[in-house]
Amino acid sequence: MLRIFIHRLLLGIATVAIVSGIIFAAVEALPGDACTAILQRDASGERLANCRRELGIDRPALTRYVEWASGAVRGDLGISAHNNKPIASLVGDRLKNTLLLAGCSLALGIPLALFLGVLTGLRRDKLSDLALSTIAIFAMTIPEFVTATVLIFVFGIWLGWVPGIVTASASSSLSAFFPGIVLPVIVLTMVMTAHIMRTVRSSVIDVMSSDYVQMATLKGVPYWQIVFRHALPNALLPAINVIALTVGWLLGGVVVVEKVFNYPGLGHYMIDSISDRDLPVVQAIALIVATAYVGVNLAADLLAMAFNPRLRTLKARSP
Amino acid sequence: MSDGPATLVATTARPSRIVSVICEVLSRPSGFIGLFLVIAHVLLALFSPIFAPFDFKAMNANAILSPPDATHWLGTDQLGRDILTRTIMGGRQAILVTAIATPLAVAWGGLLGIYLGLAGGRLDDILMRVVDAFLALPWILKMLLMIVTFGTGVSVLIPTLAFFYGIPVIRIARAATQNIVARDFVLAARARGHSRVSIMRKELFGNVLDALMVEGAMRWSWMLLAFTSLSFLGFGVSPPTPDWGLMIADSRNFMAIAPWPAFAPVIALSSLIIGINLTADALAKALGIDRAQAAVH
Repeated sequence: MLRIFIHRLLLGIATVAIVSGIIFAAVEALPGDACTAILQRDASGERLANCRRELGIDRPALTRYVEWASGAVRGDLGISAHNNKPIASLVGDRLKNTLLLAGCSLALGIPLALFLGVLTGLRRDKLSDLALSTIAIFAMTIPEFVTATVLIFVFGIWLGWVPGIVTASASSSLSAFFPGIVLPVIVLTMVMTAHIMRTVRSSVIDVMSSDYVQMATLKGVPYWQIVFRHALPNALLPAINVIALTVGWLLGGVVVVEKVFNYPGLGHYMIDSISDRDLPVVQAIALIVATAYVGVNLAADLLAMAFNPRLRTLKARSP
Repeated sequence: MSDGPATLVATTARPSRIVSVICEVLSRPSGFIGLFLVIAHVLLALFSPIFAPFDFKAMNANAILSPPDATHWLGTDQLGRDILTRTIMGGRQAILVTAIATPLAVAWGGLLGIYLGLAGGRLDDILMRVVDAFLALPWILKMLLMIVTFGTGVSVLIPTLAFFYGIPVIRIARAATQNIVARDFVLAARARGHSRVSIMRKELFGNVLDALMVEGAMRWSWMLLAFTSLSFLGFGVSPPTPDWGLMIADSRNFMAIAPWPAFAPVIALSSLIIGINLTADALAKALGIDRAQAAVH
């Protein structure tokens, strides 16, 4: 078990290392650098060269990558080109806000998705299953900004129940986000619930048609005892990995949702930084998001292994 | 990752099989409605300039944000442009870009995936790490980085979408291939001494094609989501070209006083995406493929 743990951990670290390389290379390929962003129109000749020397971006890319990566490991993400503040503190506030948004959506979405998944799985091809499964497809494929616009119109403008936009700023206290956070949470929850629910549904269907459930039925075990004692513990295992994938999706999905609702989170900040050409911030956010994604998936793999001994061999790949 | 196609075809797809698959898709209500919506949208995208009632960029200062009436059936927007015209033409860019990018994505991802599933070994290990690394970046970040580097426009968006959306296809094709490679008829071909390329062409394509077709339909829908979201954020189609994402973004500022400019593009975009997904669902059922596993986009 320890060997597998270390193996998985190393694979995760390797993935993050490759991602950081891709991010660094992509940002490196962008036209303009930190100095053209700082100096703006004065960026030419002597001043540009001086600035580049000062910030050290006249040195070879590989040296800077090693420096950037080792700084990031120590928690030093560099300096924002836009306002010369340390990125770690700028990103910290927004990360907290995004975690609040994601946390609320997960707290609401995971139980709902498990419930609906089991319900539709057990009532396969009945009317309630067809209706819920169809709604789920629509919820996960219609763009977030469309859902958000419809919800803003219905609940924000027409009925006037909740504000259609978040007015809190990045450093506001958490209580300032209510009730504006309600609609963004609903949009994220809808998409997330749909993804998780579909996987749970198909895994419940698989397990319920397996030999051992049939055996239990033939033995005369009561239906609900079969469902709760025999089927669900096995059927809910794949949910762990899908929840992890969904958390990864959430980190990207929040970009559009945060922009639509003017929510001061990490995704909104990233779009602003791209417009401002604040490249160190773009790098930092991309690295944080990718590391979080890999970390969540690693945790899910280990959790799945803990519950399912069959996965505890080096050869087994996570589903 | 996948259970692969449940039904195996011994030979490559023949015309008769294609016809029977289409018939089976159409025989399901979801497939019939879905295919109808998709075909209607494609025809509209092709021919809308011919019968659009107004010029899509003609502004009318006397009819700004006017509600639906006899002249402007769906009203006008904040510049006095006809919403019906802009809605029926608003999908042209999105459909053009995604309809070219989808086959490209499925083709390169599918070929590489089949090759890796067949070859395995060190190359497979390394490339799958890279694939994982790419999938660890949210789609929007990847797209935005490319757009900032190379600018927007059709000539950038098509290769970018085709590249990024081909990466998950590698995994699907690789898994489907690995599933089939272990079966007897491929072993037999190997034992007969066929080359790798010949095995790919003769034994695998027909069987992996089913999985790829369903995957392609899904990719199309994800690409539309990405393209319209980028337009909505202001990184896609540039005005005054009519585009659903852009129209919805514009309409939000006036929603409290004039909500109608948002309705038509919302319904148009949703109906196309719903149509594609209903078709994909019916196709998956007709081919016997479990599509619940495709989650990441």
